[in-house]
Formats: sequence, C-alpha cells, structure tokens
Amino acid sequence: MASQVVNLRVNERSREFLAAPGTSLLSSLRDALGLMAAKRGCAQGSCGTCTVLLDGRPVMSCLVAVETVDGASVRTLEGVARDGELDEVQAAFLEGFATQCGFCTAGMIMSAEALLDRNPDPTREDVVEAISGNVCRCTGYGPIVDAILDAAARRRP
Amino acid sequence: MAKLRGRGYASVNYPTGMNLGGDPSQALIHATTTGTFVVSLSSVDLGQGLKTVVAQCAAETLGLPMENILVDTADTDTGPHCMGTFASRGTHRVGNAVIMAAAEAREVMLAVAAEELEVDAGDLETDGTGYIQVKGAEEKRVHITDLALAAHFTHGRTISGRGIFLKEKNDPVPETGEMDPDSCQAHACTVAVVEVDDETGVVEVLEMHNAYEIGRALNPAMVAQQVEGGAWMGMSHALFESTEPYYPTRDHGPGDFNEYLMPGPADIPMYHNAILERPAGNGPFGAKGIGEMTANAPIPAIANAIFDACGVRLDTMPFTPERVLRGLDELRGNHH
Repeated sequence: MASQVVNLRVNERSREFLAAPGTSLLSSLRDALGLMAAKRGCAQGSCGTCTVLLDGRPVMSCLVAVETVDGASVRTLEGVARDGELDEVQAAFLEGFATQCGFCTAGMIMSAEALLDRNPDPTREDVVEAISGNVCRCTGYGPIVDAILDAAARRRP
Repeated sequence: MAKLRGRGYASVNYPTGMNLGGDPSQALIHATTTGTFVVSLSSVDLGQGLKTVVAQCAAETLGLPMENILVDTADTDTGPHCMGTFASRGTHRVGNAVIMAAAEAREVMLAVAAEELEVDAGDLETDGTGYIQVKGAEEKRVHITDLALAAHFTHGRTISGRGIFLKEKNDPVPETGEMDPDSCQAHACTVAVVEVDDETGVVEVLEMHNAYEIGRALNPAMVAQQVEGGAWMGMSHALFESTEPYYPTRDHGPGDFNEYLMPGPADIPMYHNAILERPAGNGPFGAKGIGEMTANAPIPAIANAIFDACGVRLDTMPFTPERVLRGLDELRGNHH
C-alpha cells in the first residue's frame, strides 16, 4: 500500500503530512511533526509515556495507526502551556517536585489533563485510576498524585 | 483465614563514594560576557538532581543568585574529568569540586570588581542578588552583568576557577584489614508495617517510616523525593521485581512491562520521613551522599515485618505470594 496524506488538528493547528500504512500516531508526532514531548518507551502500550489526547480522550499514541484517525484532533504536552505560561497541572508538577528524570512526565501530565477535563473534582482514588497506565520509575508516584490533586484545587474557581 | 499485621525494621550504614585507585572529580567555572557562570562538568544528571545541587553550591559560594548559574554536563570527551555518578558520590565529590572552583572564581570576580570600582578587593562583598559592593558603602557597587562585560572588554580578564576533589587511594593495612574506604557514611532506618493475607499470600505494605541521617540536606525537597522514590523501589524489589523468578533457571522471566511487576500508584504505603542533619566535615556544606541507600533498608524491613506478621522467614526476593504460601505451609507441617 502506498503512503497517504493524513490531516490532523494538532494543538489547535491543522497539520498535513504523509504517512506509510501502519505508522503510529506517536511516530507521526515525533518524526513527521517534530513534537518530541510524547516519548517512545515500550512501544507496546504498557508504559504510558506516549499518552496524548485524541479527540479529548487519553490514548497510548504508540498503539494508534495514524491513518485510522485522519481528521482527528490531537493535544500533546506542547499544547498545554498558554502563551508561554505553564497551566495548573504543569505548575503543580513543577512546584510539587513531581518529576525526577522526566521520562514519564509528558504522559503523566496528559493523563492528568484528561482526568481534570472530565472530572474537575477528583478523589485520590480517581487520580490513581487515571494514571494507572503510566509507569514512573523515580518518584514512587506519591508526589505525582499529590500534584494532580493540587492542580484540581488550583483550577477550581 | 485472616489478614495478619506485622512490623519490622532494618538499618543501613552507607558509604559516600569509594576508594578505587583514588577517586577524583573536577569542575571548571567561567563567566560569560553577561555574567552567567558556566559550571562545566562531566558528571551526568539522569534525574537524581545533580545539576540543581551543583548550581546551589556554585551560587552559594560565588554569592550570586541561582539564575546566574548554568550547569553544563554535556560531553565527557571534552569536559573536566569525573569518575561517574555511582556510589552515591555525586553531591559529595562534585559538590566539593564546584565549591573549590567557585571560590577561585569568586576571588577573581572580586579582584576585577576592585579594579572596576577602584577599591581594595578585601573591602568588597556580594549581596546575593547580583551586586558586588563595598562593605559599609553599599551605594558603591557593580552588577555582575556589567562587571563581566568590563572584565572581558576593559580589563582583559577571565573570571574563572578550577576545582577538584580527590579521595586519595587508600590500601588496607595487611595485618588488620583496616582502611579508609569512603569519605563518610550516611545512616538510615526503615520501619515497615505490612499486612499478610494468609489465604492468598499477598503482602501489602501499609506504612513505611524512614529516618535518615545524611549530613546536611542541601535540598530538602529533593531529599524527600529520593527517600520516597527509593522506598518505593525497595518495596518493589521486596515484593515484585525479578528478571529470573525461578533462578537459576530463566523460566517465566518477564518480557515486558505487563509481566515485569512493580507497585503502581494504588500500592504505595503511607510514608513518614524524618531527616536528621549532622554535617560531615569533608562534605560540601556538610552533605553526605543520599542515593542508592534509599532502596536498601526497606527490603529487610519488609522481610522482618512479614516474619512478625505470620512467622514466615523469607530470604529470597521477591517475597511473592507463592513464597509466602509455601512458608505458611511449612509452618503448618504441610510438606509437598
């Protein structure tokens, strides 16, 4: 099969690129569009560091064949800060020391954004469930859970 | 059938750095034209926070804000020498080297400021916000940005410094075995509270109380990160992780994250951490290393807690449900 043109709306911008059949959304973001925040960890949907929002829902972008989501809207970590200002989740991660090596951070933040979009007032259990597909090897998870709860509090009017 | 609760503790004395054939690390510092001090190192930060701690040491010694420090750990081919980030040595070795380099750079900075302000260098001090000023006459001052420009374009000076920390080689005394293998030792104790399900064999860690004596906590928030991250890793090794579950055979070894078990965010215990500070004479601002040791005490503490809970003494990690149940069977006299 030949490569095909794929259109995505990525972080509020229309992007068009060529993708060979079976190319993952992750590879398209990193290699075709130069968006390097989503990481390639296990490449089999087990570690969560490639998490992005696809039409508002968190997905492991390594598992999504990009030609199957032509026309979709994608949000990556690059689209989270507004006018150069960190959003509440990013600020809470930074100030809560919720990142060490940083390899899981992009996926953690996108899982948190998805949670807070659908549930602005999560319990600790909700947060734990939301990041249960994201592996962290450094922090022991506690500071990450605390940061997401902190972000929810910051976002409340 | 019941859930049995138990408590165990374990302690660790952990060396900071090691002896090798002599254990050095170097640092070089120079000011750019606009007064950013570049700390050049071959010591790598892979998430343990070395760059932050090193920037703190440089800023404190130079008397400048953290914003004026840029830590460059780019290239081990061209950078000053470092033995590596291992043996919990980074903060101690590299911190000391950076303090030495920054002290030399500070002397040059004050000498150039003395030329610029036409005063004696001994009368100068830093205010911590970026100014070098005359003691008791603070209106006579120069900002580091202007000073660095002047150093380059007026005085023809480099504001720079060199640093090295060397732990000298030390051989054991043949008669006694006595030697000086490390620079100092940090100490820690973990108390673990667990619940053992005597029907399923599953062990759950409910609480971990960690006390650490680490010289001086240069960055208390990062110390807390290290203690909790290490406690998690210790718990993970104690209960879950194995590349060869049936060692020495390699059967059933995990091939990916689905099979390589680790505690997730729902499995973390309640932590209570206490940091004791007794500065080490040879540490940077008194700091000892707090690195690898954080994963150590939790493992025997959990083993002891399991023993306390159900009488099963496990000496092979991980303490899987299968091993707990086999131990319980043995205690009950049910041999297979």
